[in-house]
Amino acid sequence: MSLFEGRDLLCIRGERVVFEGLSFAIDPGEAVLLTGANGSGKSSLLRLMAGLLRPSGGNLLWKDVAIDSDAHNQRLHYVGHLDAVKPALTVVENLRFWTMLASSAPEDSTAFALSIFGLSRIADVPARMLSAGQKRRLALARLIAIPAPLWLLDEPTIALDAQSVGVLREAILAHLKSGGMAAIATHSELGLPAKRIELGRFAAGAIRGRPE
Amino acid sequence: MNRFFLIIGRELRLAYRQGGDAGLAVAFFVIAAALFPLGVGPEDQLLSRIAAGVVWVTALLAVLLALERLFQADFEDGTLDLLALSPLPLELVVLAKCLANWLLTGAPLLIAAPIIAVLLHMKTEGLVILTASMLLGTPTLSLIGSIGAALTVGARRGGVLLSLLILPLYVPVLIFGVSAVDQSLAGMGGKPELLILGAFLAAALPLAPWAAAAALRQAVE
Amino acid sequence: MHRFANPARFLRISVVILPWAAALAALFIATGLYFALFASPPDYQQGESVRIMYVHVPSAWMASFVYAGLALTSAIALVWKHPLAHVAAKAMSPIGACFTFMALTTGSLWGKPMWGTWWVWDARLTSVLILFFLYLGHMALLNAFEDSSRGERAAAVLALVGAINIPIIHFSVEWWNTLHQPASIFRMGGPTIDSAMLVPLFLMMFGFMAYFVVVVILRMRGELLARKIRVIRMARVAGAEHLSASRATS
Repeated sequence: MSLFEGRDLLCIRGERVVFEGLSFAIDPGEAVLLTGANGSGKSSLLRLMAGLLRPSGGNLLWKDVAIDSDAHNQRLHYVGHLDAVKPALTVVENLRFWTMLASSAPEDSTAFALSIFGLSRIADVPARMLSAGQKRRLALARLIAIPAPLWLLDEPTIALDAQSVGVLREAILAHLKSGGMAAIATHSELGLPAKRIELGRFAAGAIRGRPE
Repeated sequence: MNRFFLIIGRELRLAYRQGGDAGLAVAFFVIAAALFPLGVGPEDQLLSRIAAGVVWVTALLAVLLALERLFQADFEDGTLDLLALSPLPLELVVLAKCLANWLLTGAPLLIAAPIIAVLLHMKTEGLVILTASMLLGTPTLSLIGSIGAALTVGARRGGVLLSLLILPLYVPVLIFGVSAVDQSLAGMGGKPELLILGAFLAAALPLAPWAAAAALRQAVE
Repeated sequence: MHRFANPARFLRISVVILPWAAALAALFIATGLYFALFASPPDYQQGESVRIMYVHVPSAWMASFVYAGLALTSAIALVWKHPLAHVAAKAMSPIGACFTFMALTTGSLWGKPMWGTWWVWDARLTSVLILFFLYLGHMALLNAFEDSSRGERAAAVLALVGAINIPIIHFSVEWWNTLHQPASIFRMGGPTIDSAMLVPLFLMMFGFMAYFVVVVILRMRGELLARKIRVIRMARVAGAEHLSASRATS
C-alpha cells in the first residue's frame, strides 16, 4: 500500500458536509495538487491530513496503520493561510523558535533556510517591518530549516513574487527528489509533476470517485 | 524540558518587546483597589475589615483581564496551529503559557498587594499570610483562567464571555484566600485555608492544562 | 448522512413518551399543589409562608439535577460523540437556568416574611446563585461562535469543568457561610420536615421531573427540525453555486 493514505474520508464542518467518499494515496517522491473552487474543502483536507481536523468518517493511514498523532506531528510541515510570524520578534528569532522547538534540525539550518529564501540580509529586522511576501517567505523557510517527510501547503504562493515562486518550486522539487511527499492546495500552476485531487467532485451529493 | 522553557522564554520576550502587559495588570489592581475607599469612605475600621476581600477581588479581576490575550494572538496569526503540531504536548504548551502569564501578572501582584493592603489599613500581622495566600492562589487563578481563555478563543465578545465563564470558578480560591487572612487576624492561624489553597493548586496543575488543551484542539479544528 | 441516522429512532420514541410524561406532569403538579396549598399543615414557626417551600425546594433540586444531566450528556457528546448528545445538552441548559432562577426568586420571596430581607447570603442560596451563573455561561458559550458546532463542543467542555467544580464551590461556600454566620440559621427545607409536608414535596418534585422530560423532548424536536431546515438551506446555496459555475464555463 502507499505510505500515506486516506480512505473514504468524510468531512463535516459545522453542519455542512464538505466532502465525502474522498480517498488519496501518496508515496515517497510524489506530490498531490488539490484543486477546486473556494469552499470545496482544500484547506479542510490539508488540515485533516495534518491531524488538526479529525474526519467524521473514513481513515487516515501511515504505512497502513492508523495515525498516531504524536508521531505524525513530527513528520509533517503544515503551512496554512496564516504565516505565524510574531511582529515583535526579528526574522531570525521567529525562525529559530521553531527550529529549536523541533530540535531535530541541524545547527546551522536556520541561517541556511533564510538564505534560500533571500531573507539573510534582513535577518535582524523586526518582523513587523516585513512585507506580506517577506512574511510568507519566512513562513516557508521553516520547510527548509526543519526536515520532515510530509509537506502540507495551503496556497503557498499567495503574496509571493515570481522569483520567490521559483525558489519554492525548486525547494519542493528537491524535497520530492529526496523521497519527501507534498500535498499542495493551489490555484496557480506550479509546474510540478503531481497527481491531482479535484475537490469539487467530492462535494456532498457529487459522484463518488478516486483521484486520477 | 528545554522546549517547555523555550516557550516560556518566548512569551516573556514577546511581553517585554510589546511592553505593557505586566504594568497594566498592576495598574488596574491599584486603581481598582483605590476606588473602594472612595466608594465606602475612608474610615479605617471599615477599610481594615474589608481590606483582605478588596485586595483579593481586585487581584482576581486583574489576573482575569490579562488572561483574555493568552491564546488570542496565537490563534489569530496561525501560531496556535503550529503549537498544536509541535513535538511538545499541547498540555505542556498551555502550562508554559500559564506560567509565563503568572510571572507577568500574578507575581507582580504579590509585590503590589501588601502595599495596597497597608493603604487599606490591614493590620500588619496579616500581610505575610496575605502574600502567602496570593502566592498559592494566583497561579491557580491563571490555570483556571486558561481554561476559559481556551474555550473563548475566536468567540464573539470573547472578553466579557471569559469573565462570565471564569468568575464562578474563581469563588473557591477567593473564599479561602480571604479567609486565610481573616482567620489569621482573628488569631486562628489560617493554616488550614493555606493548605486548601495548596490543594487547589495541586489539582489545577494537571487538570487545567488538560481541559484547556482539549478546548484549544476544538478551536484549531 | 450519519448525523441524522439516530434522530429517527429518538423521534419515534419521543412521540410515545411525550403524552405520558405530559399527563404525569399535569397530574403530579396538580395534586402536589393541592396538597401544598390546602391539604398540608402550616409550619408552627412560619405559618402559611412555608408553602413556598413546595416550589422552592423542588426547583433547587431540579437545578442541580438538570446540571447533572447536562454534565452527563456533555460527557457522552465528547467521549462517544453521539450526535444527539449535543442536541440534548442544548435543550437542557435553558431549562436548568429557569429552574435555578425560580429557586432564587422563590428563595427571595420566602426570605422576606422569614427574615425581613429580600435576599440572604446563606450557603444554599449562594450556591444556587453561582449555579445560575454557570448555566448562563453555558448558554452564552453555546451561542458565542459563528460555527455552532464549535459552540456545542466548547459548551460541553465547560459543562464538565463546571460539574467538577460544583462540589468544590459548594464546599467553599459552606465554609464561608459558617465563618460569617456562626449562629445557626434556620436551613431552608432542612432535615426537620414533618412527614405530612413530605408528601406534597415529593409530588411536586416528580411533577417537575416529568415536566422537565416534556420540555426537553419538545426542545430537542425543535432543534432537530431547525437543523434539518438549515441543512436544506445550505444544500440550496451549494446547488446554486454549481449552477452559476456551470453557466460561467458554458
